[in-house]
Amino acid sequence: MTQAAAADAAGGVLPGAPGESLQVEVRSDGDLQTQDMNLNIGPQHPATHGVLRVVIDVDGERIVRAQPVIGYMHRAFEKLAEHRDYRQIIALVNRHDWLSAFCNEVGVALAVERMMELEVPERAQWIRTMMCEWNRIMNHLMFVSSFGLELGAITPMFYAFREREDIQNLMESATGGRLHFTYTRGGGLKDDLPLGFLKASEELVPLVRRRNQEYRDLLLGNEIFHARTKGVGALEPEVALDYGVTGPALHATGVAEDSRVTEPYLKYDEVDVTVPVAENGDSYDRFQVLLDRIDASCDIIEQCLGNLPAGPFAAKTPKQVKAPEGAIYVRTENPLGQGGYYLISDGGKQPYRLRMRTPSFNNVQMIPHLLEGSMLPDMIAIMGSVYFVVGDVDR
Amino acid sequence: MGLIESHEVPQPLKFVLNWGRKYSLWVMNFGLACCAIEFIATSAARHDFIRLGVIPFAHGPRQADLMVVAGTLTDKMAPAIKRLYDQMPEPKYVISFGSCSNCGGPYWDSYSVTKGVDQVVPVDVYVPGCPPRPEALLEGIVTLQQQIEHESLKERYAARDARRPVVAGDGDPTRHPLDDPM
Repeated sequence: MTQAAAADAAGGVLPGAPGESLQVEVRSDGDLQTQDMNLNIGPQHPATHGVLRVVIDVDGERIVRAQPVIGYMHRAFEKLAEHRDYRQIIALVNRHDWLSAFCNEVGVALAVERMMELEVPERAQWIRTMMCEWNRIMNHLMFVSSFGLELGAITPMFYAFREREDIQNLMESATGGRLHFTYTRGGGLKDDLPLGFLKASEELVPLVRRRNQEYRDLLLGNEIFHARTKGVGALEPEVALDYGVTGPALHATGVAEDSRVTEPYLKYDEVDVTVPVAENGDSYDRFQVLLDRIDASCDIIEQCLGNLPAGPFAAKTPKQVKAPEGAIYVRTENPLGQGGYYLISDGGKQPYRLRMRTPSFNNVQMIPHLLEGSMLPDMIAIMGSVYFVVGDVDR
Repeated sequence: MGLIESHEVPQPLKFVLNWGRKYSLWVMNFGLACCAIEFIATSAARHDFIRLGVIPFAHGPRQADLMVVAGTLTDKMAPAIKRLYDQMPEPKYVISFGSCSNCGGPYWDSYSVTKGVDQVVPVDVYVPGCPPRPEALLEGIVTLQQQIEHESLKERYAARDARRPVVAGDGDPTRHPLDDPM
């Protein structure tokens, strides 16, 4: 449809304009034809942070159709999981969403433990909760940095990576990994916390909180940032729920659905979890929720540090981990949204099937809905704030 | 092919040329997966590879001297990497960063993963690890710089031309399917 015809149909208002407030005067008699241009973005493009490919049709500067093409990072996790035993799967699953490795491995470990009815020691559960939150902060810092970078601000990237390195050092001291921790084991953890970990954590939490305020001042207080994100890519809560969008993108629309509250796992029922929400669901709100979640995670870490009991860090498990015959579905709140692990076992040492529900896949689905009708320069602000990891989309 | 590429260059001139190229490696980050995060960490303040002359601001393959393939290369992605590599001007270098791009890594038995980026483009330095630490990438860069310091472009291009079949044009039956556009 041409712009003029579309505007005619909407009574002189260009459909999809921000807030539908842009009034255009229709001077043509409907004969004015423009040709839509087909534009391919990706798979290797700096703005898609990853190898997502988007094919869009543009009418002038306005996007009329957008189609994400996925599969460039398909590594067949679900198939490979059928050929790994339960210990090896933990090293496999923390790689599909490489920014939230610990949360992923906890999800699979929970599924196996619930099937085996293993009692996980209190200390291990508290440490897992704390590590999940550290991982959440690391993940969000990455998106704080990349979103700033995509909007043309290079400073947040250098700042955010400063904190990420500090947190990575802390996690590395306990787990031995910088990115893929592989710290969880069926029934507990690989090892206890090292000496000095708690003290370092206590010192790092106020630092992260203070630096988070700096990002807030730096980005949310920036006029250009406001102009590029306010009212851009607004998502309605009903549409978000229809698409199965979860995590910060859903919270930004005002829906406070969070597995840590609605279906607590680990020790989330014993700590106060605040779920930051916003109202408008636009790019600005999504980013604000992300920053608020860093503070909320800091709160949880402080509670974990205060409640950490002494005791063993792992349960006694048989030499060969075998889940009994049956199926189980575990929901966890991964940093980007709700992660689900559907494990079917035939009683062997390998799962019969491991189906993963990953938040990024659902978040990417709403890209066509958000892009259609928006302007081409807004594409970066929208796609940068949808928060996805391509490995998590394609698995 | 110019004079410098096809003839033996006098040693002092070669030294100066190699020295110049060694410390001005404009890098294109072919960030695919987890390793891309460690690549960004290497470019950030703590590890900071700009001090080694590696400049991560190449606008695209046409402005880059060095391509760092960081992450899992899938069969679907392989034509794109070949295409971007072909767009880079000579002399060009490739660092394969991480186990996945070296040999498939943890996905060695996956049906959709290319087991090694060296099946698609020639690789100069392999950096092992899953993902490698930023220090490992720095080591890989220094290794590449040492190679550049001692190399002769004449030998480099002779080896390249011996490896690559001569393609007469479109429709050539010897043409590799990966040469075709996506």
